Amino acid sequence: MTTTPFWRRYARFFGADPAADVKDELSFHLEAKADDLIRQGMSPEAARKEAERQFGDLRAVERVGQKIGQKTEKRRRIGDYWNDLLHDVRYTFRTLRRDPGFAIVSLLILTLAIGANVAVFSVVNTILLRPLPFPRSNELVWIAPPPSECGWSCATYSADAYEEFSSLSRVYQGVTGYEAFTTPENFRLTGHGEPVPASGMEVIGNFFQVLGVQPALGRLFTPEEARGPVTPNSTGTPVVLLANAYWRRQFQSDPAIVGKAIELNGAPVTVVGVLPESFDYGAVFAPGAKADLFVPLSLDTERMWGNIVTLIGRLKPGVTVSQALDDANRVTPDMYFNVKYPESKGRYKGDLVPMPLKDYVTGKLHRSLIALWLAVGTILLIAGVNLSNLLLARAAARAKEFAMRGALGASRGRIIRQLLMESLVLSGAGAVLGLGLAFAVIRWLAHQGSLALPLLNSLRIDSQAVGWSVLVAILTAMIFGLLPGLRMAGGNLQEVLKDSGAGAGLGRKHERIRAALVISEIALACVLLVSAGLLLRSFSKVLEVDLGFEPDHASSMNVEYDESAPTDEARVMKRTAIFQDVLARVSAIPGVQAAGISDYLPLGPNRSWDTPVPKGKVFAPGELPEPLVYVVSPGFIRAMGIGLQGRDFTWADGPKSEKVIIINASMARRFWPGEDPVNKILMRGDEQDRVVGVVDDVHEESIESSLGAQVYYPCTQQGPSRAQLVVRSSLPPSTLAPTLLRTLRELNPNQPASEFRPIRMIVDHAVSPRRFFMLLVAAFAGLGLVLATLGIYGVISYSVTRQTSEIGVRMALGATAGRVQRGVLANTLRLTGIGIAIGTVMAIIVAKAITSLLFATSPWDFPSYLGMAFALLLVAVASGYIPARRASAINPMQALRNN
Amino acid sequence: MDTAKLEFLRGTLDVLILKSLVWGPQHGYAITNFILRQSDDTLLVEEGTLYPALWRLESKGLLSAEWGLSENNRKAKFYRLTSEGRRRLRQEIKTWQAYAAAVAKVLAATQLPEPEEAR
Repeated sequence: MTTTPFWRRYARFFGADPAADVKDELSFHLEAKADDLIRQGMSPEAARKEAERQFGDLRAVERVGQKIGQKTEKRRRIGDYWNDLLHDVRYTFRTLRRDPGFAIVSLLILTLAIGANVAVFSVVNTILLRPLPFPRSNELVWIAPPPSECGWSCATYSADAYEEFSSLSRVYQGVTGYEAFTTPENFRLTGHGEPVPASGMEVIGNFFQVLGVQPALGRLFTPEEARGPVTPNSTGTPVVLLANAYWRRQFQSDPAIVGKAIELNGAPVTVVGVLPESFDYGAVFAPGAKADLFVPLSLDTERMWGNIVTLIGRLKPGVTVSQALDDANRVTPDMYFNVKYPESKGRYKGDLVPMPLKDYVTGKLHRSLIALWLAVGTILLIAGVNLSNLLLARAAARAKEFAMRGALGASRGRIIRQLLMESLVLSGAGAVLGLGLAFAVIRWLAHQGSLALPLLNSLRIDSQAVGWSVLVAILTAMIFGLLPGLRMAGGNLQEVLKDSGAGAGLGRKHERIRAALVISEIALACVLLVSAGLLLRSFSKVLEVDLGFEPDHASSMNVEYDESAPTDEARVMKRTAIFQDVLARVSAIPGVQAAGISDYLPLGPNRSWDTPVPKGKVFAPGELPEPLVYVVSPGFIRAMGIGLQGRDFTWADGPKSEKVIIINASMARRFWPGEDPVNKILMRGDEQDRVVGVVDDVHEESIESSLGAQVYYPCTQQGPSRAQLVVRSSLPPSTLAPTLLRTLRELNPNQPASEFRPIRMIVDHAVSPRRFFMLLVAAFAGLGLVLATLGIYGVISYSVTRQTSEIGVRMALGATAGRVQRGVLANTLRLTGIGIAIGTVMAIIVAKAITSLLFATSPWDFPSYLGMAFALLLVAVASGYIPARRASAINPMQALRNN
Repeated sequence: MDTAKLEFLRGTLDVLILKSLVWGPQHGYAITNFILRQSDDTLLVEEGTLYPALWRLESKGLLSAEWGLSENNRKAKFYRLTSEGRRRLRQEIKTWQAYAAAVAKVLAATQLPEPEEAR
């Protein structure tokens, strides 16, 4: 056994065969034995028989051999596979190190694309896919009337209605709700030096039980406390539950807080529990807002206040939303607005429509998020195409290497595997970096408290997001690795080896594929650019909307006052005196141009009172809207910068003088069409209000919704629910705030250090979801544009390199540099033109699909398309110019000699 | 002594196979002959035990196999010790010698040892 015999080369030509090996080995044994026996003098026939006899059960041994052989073979194959894999990985790292430019560019592209994908997936997962952060959250429903114009007052229910509904309904495990009209900083935490403002929610006693929230410390409200009042001048022990974040911030996570009394609005209140960290009221019910503490809502004291509570129910297991709707329709005809008034029976007919709580919280975002997801998916596709292009260019350069490896025995599969391994290593690294990027983005997003998106607090990179990124990475690797791999391995090896590379048939074929890739890249970028353009235009249209007030140079602060007095009249007098004093002192601060007080501010919560009718006119019931109500001081309209016709309220409009109101333009048109409403009389039951002024429509709920009727009452005649001081001044709020607070403290030492919020901030908050989506889509469009630029540059640059000798010949024959440049640029523009043409068609389809996301912008919006075409042509010329310059600088002699 | 009836202790065959390959690659038939001759015709390895043992050692990576030509130009499977196999052999020989010495010592005893407690 010294030399490898000739036949060995073909012995197992069709792969390993353990069964044949065993047979061969054993038959050799028998023959050798027989040889020995023959040498001892046996006849060949007898020797063979004797050898077989001595061997025993040949079949059994063969079977054992086959079994062991198969096992060995399998183990060896796996071992080989791992060895090859390891080799591939090592080889990949080596080649990538040799070409750091390629590695860095592709890693950058992948990181951005995968990072964006994972981040958007996490947002989509948190807001759309994951259930709400409550146990069995699919049982929870939000019960509200169909949308209407009169704001929160028409989306809420009276205390009596709540009680009747929860006792008459049969499909709920529990019904609860919260007071919908609370504003931020409605509480004062006192007893620790200066009063500190706190935002508290009044919730129906079983609120947390129905939602299934368990306290982190202490307990929830008991049924007794749920009924009990919290106002200091009523009996019973007031209790409070603390939000986890507030407990940590304000009470330094005091573990013994339960049972202690804290001072709220100057009266002691017992802390009965701390809510868990997982419960964030604002994140679910009021995106962008925060709630520090929760007190039980006293239904008895609220009974006279009309519609004040929202309704949330937990359905019994197995009950569907449509069954709940049937049940609500059964109940509503027997429900009273107020049991004291029999005529209010049946007022809620058709007004109790349950919908899944999840839909209420996130329903409005559904389309935006899906659009965002598609946008980011498009980015991934563009990135994949781009990398495919880069890899193809590299593959073309490496054609000889692969041909050599093929000639040395590497199989087609092995070469594809090698190329796939390269893309897998790249996209794997991209996924890791992208995950890091997504992590940073998500961390930042989760702390954007001012962003009015729900559930942001629970935003995080979880196992699902990681799984998603792995999936995305593999998918990308497949997209961009497989195509060049197949192309490379499919090439004719000999031709490549023989050929010098440039001008070869393979090169030309490559170029066609690469051109197709660039065209598809440009088309996809088109879609992104047009979508971003449309959203951008919508956003600017939203910003251009006449808000009805002047948000710049105005800021607001919550003012604390004590109007307690024995009679209504005394209360009005006291309040008037306080407000007059406050406004006089604040107006006297240098730099303050105007100041006023209102109980509600625009773009926030709001309410309505009753349905007034114009005196002497007859309207069908339900024809007139319920106007939103604002109780304001003289000067407020000027401080807010609302346009006014007629006169403002004065301090002389007292409780004894004629009742006066100011209405908005929409209401004037509806109530007195074609007439001058000033000096007309509006009837509220028996009460008469004289219209003294008409103001511009103010956007109340959101900038994008249509406008309803609004009525302003003077705070000297009607009771405001709180006082929001609005100060107009050219001074920056931060400069003004200390002086203002000092002035207010001089008047009332109980004034807490409330936030002095620029009115602009309220507007920004209202447009924040739209800005968020617009910015993201615009960022993706920008990324798409950059990727498309890279793609165009790559293709043109490569084709110039490939045509070096051709260009040399043409220049030697008299073509000018300008002509060569024009040729290259024309080529670039041809590709771009085809891409834009295809992309425009795709963009129109997409624009139609996202029409509902647009505001005052048509999906045919010409400037968006024009801008897209302009941007793409610009980057095309820019990225075609560099290779064109290079082409025109070719030295004909050198180019010809090189070939 | 009837050679055919000599039962191998567990693991004995393996060490004998490893030992027979110390001087270079051999095929299965040569291994039987080597063991038979070296044990003065005492140890006859049956084919039904030898080959499965060889394959198992190969599968464990103690042996590697290669096809080659025998002395009389027949295609035969040659086994060779891997470095792992060589290491194993050294270790097994040590174990065997210690074991054999211990057994021999016990069998060579002429009288009961003195009880230990007495001391």
